[in-house]
Amino acid sequence: MNAIVTVLRKEVRDTLRDRRAVLSSLAGALFGPALFAVFMNFTVERTIDEGEAAIEIPVVNAADAPNLVGYLGQHLIEAKEAAFDSREELRASVRRGETEVGLVIDKQFGTALGEGKAARVWIVADRANASAQTAVARVRGALRSYSSLVGVLRLQLRGVDPGVARPLAILNDDVSTPSGRSVLLLGAFTYFLLFACFLGGLHVAVDSTAGERERGSLEPLLTLPVSRGALVAGKFAATAFFMAVALIIGIAAFAVAVDYLPLAEVSMDADLGLVECAMAFAVLVPIAVLGAGLLNAVTAFTKSFKEAQSYSGIAMLLPTLPILLIILNPMQPTISMMLVPSLSQHLLITSIVKAESIDPLYFAVSATSTVAIGALFGLLAVWRYRSEKLLV
Amino acid sequence: MIEAEGLTKRFGDVVAMDDVSFRADDGRVTGLVGPNGAGKSTTLRVLCTVIKADSGRARVDGVDVAARPLDVRRQIGALPHLSGLYPNLSARENIAYYAEMQGMPRREAGRATRTVIDRLGIGDLSDRRAKGFSHGQSIRVALARALVHRPQTVILDEPTNGLDVVATRALRDVILDLRRDGRCVLFSSHVMQEVAMLCDELLIISEGRVAISGTPDEILRETGCGDLEDAFVAAISSERESK
Repeated sequence: MNAIVTVLRKEVRDTLRDRRAVLSSLAGALFGPALFAVFMNFTVERTIDEGEAAIEIPVVNAADAPNLVGYLGQHLIEAKEAAFDSREELRASVRRGETEVGLVIDKQFGTALGEGKAARVWIVADRANASAQTAVARVRGALRSYSSLVGVLRLQLRGVDPGVARPLAILNDDVSTPSGRSVLLLGAFTYFLLFACFLGGLHVAVDSTAGERERGSLEPLLTLPVSRGALVAGKFAATAFFMAVALIIGIAAFAVAVDYLPLAEVSMDADLGLVECAMAFAVLVPIAVLGAGLLNAVTAFTKSFKEAQSYSGIAMLLPTLPILLIILNPMQPTISMMLVPSLSQHLLITSIVKAESIDPLYFAVSATSTVAIGALFGLLAVWRYRSEKLLV
Repeated sequence: MIEAEGLTKRFGDVVAMDDVSFRADDGRVTGLVGPNGAGKSTTLRVLCTVIKADSGRARVDGVDVAARPLDVRRQIGALPHLSGLYPNLSARENIAYYAEMQGMPRREAGRATRTVIDRLGIGDLSDRRAKGFSHGQSIRVALARALVHRPQTVILDEPTNGLDVVATRALRDVILDLRRDGRCVLFSSHVMQEVAMLCDELLIISEGRVAISGTPDEILRETGCGDLEDAFVAAISSERESK
């Protein structure tokens, strides 16, 4: 036991002295939250802007439909008059990408309306232009509501109840909570935290096995009266320690990022208070054990620092696979899913972010299974350390 | 005291050690000489319990290396081929780490570290990080690290390799000190002069076998050569012929 603590203390001290290792771990832990903050800020601002700001669109033959143009103006869609003379000119401009969306009013618009017929309006847009779609949707929505408004007036004029023409009243009843809506955006949360966690332990795992061998410090180490099991346990503990620290930094950075983002303005709410952060840590910390086992096992089988780094890079991708799967194919959590490391953590974290309660049994199964698998990897590393091939 | 009887070790098709037997006594310096690839390092590694022999047995102070490796490791101090210091730790921290790994409580480990630093005269290095050490400095610190628990048996693998004159002399003084103290010192080298200067007993090995052994005088007599270098060449070539 003393030897394990001695190894742990030495590996921690050794790693903290390595400025490059510390910086890269820190960068790994902060990368996710930073990227998340920048990306979310961008998305949120764009949603707010495009939903509320006035837009200006070219309208051909605006003079033929003064009421429609006035109506659009009330909905913050300003007509840019005389920008284009014909529909062809407008189409060409849209095709070149110079104009996002434009309207063409039929020359017969006024006449058709007066006669109670369907008056024609063209929305000229490029459907392949993704950035124009918000504007297109707003224009289309405004035209639809103008159309139904005129329809209602026509029916009333003829003494008919407008309800006759509307057999269905379709109402939206959205039961999602503001926190629930943020899940889509916070889907990256677990992914980034796993990444941070693994990157935090990467250096110490590689350095304390493959690095030790490459420097020639492993051989004298093996002449000390310490069992191979205790050696691996000390290195395992050091790796898990750094992974847990990276996790804490990652969660804290996320909490700060979420706090600073204007999520409420897009009717989302992700509450990452102290309680949620503590719960997220409790759910994710078994990953530190799993990762320490995985990284130490992988690096124990490699011969050089470089080899160890490339193989553990691949090993780091492993835990992200179940998360990708669940993002592509959303499923309700079941108890058997709790047996799968990283998948179970992702599902539990999602529940925490959604402000749902967590089944203690699910939590227990997730933690136990993940720690057990980590321990198995640890035993694999011990087995390797007992082999003479470790040195050769 | 080291006793080896019929040690044999193969790596695949290569026979690294073939029926190696010898004895290294306390209070004597025993030199293991041979060309590169003769099996010197393999022999030392078996004695240090880092690898296991396929057959034969070896005992350090009567303790079998294969059966009770942990007990053997408490009695030996080993300096392997590379110094293997941790570059981010100071000399003192490197030495204290090994002292603690030898089972000393922290305070005692600190005391033992100070003692060995004084004894080897490396006080000027003690609080510098190993990263910047020259090869000679590294070897001296690694030697201090191997001696911090005052082992009865000291095993050194090519300790003078790449050392300059001053560093070699310092190392020689340490080895002679250990002999005066009644320790058993076993070291390997491929430089005959160095061995001749230090060793009480000599063991010339070639192609995994002990070609000849004895005191330098005995070896000279047996081979009929005028100096040890000639004896060395004669011994290894007759060993090769007999194969």
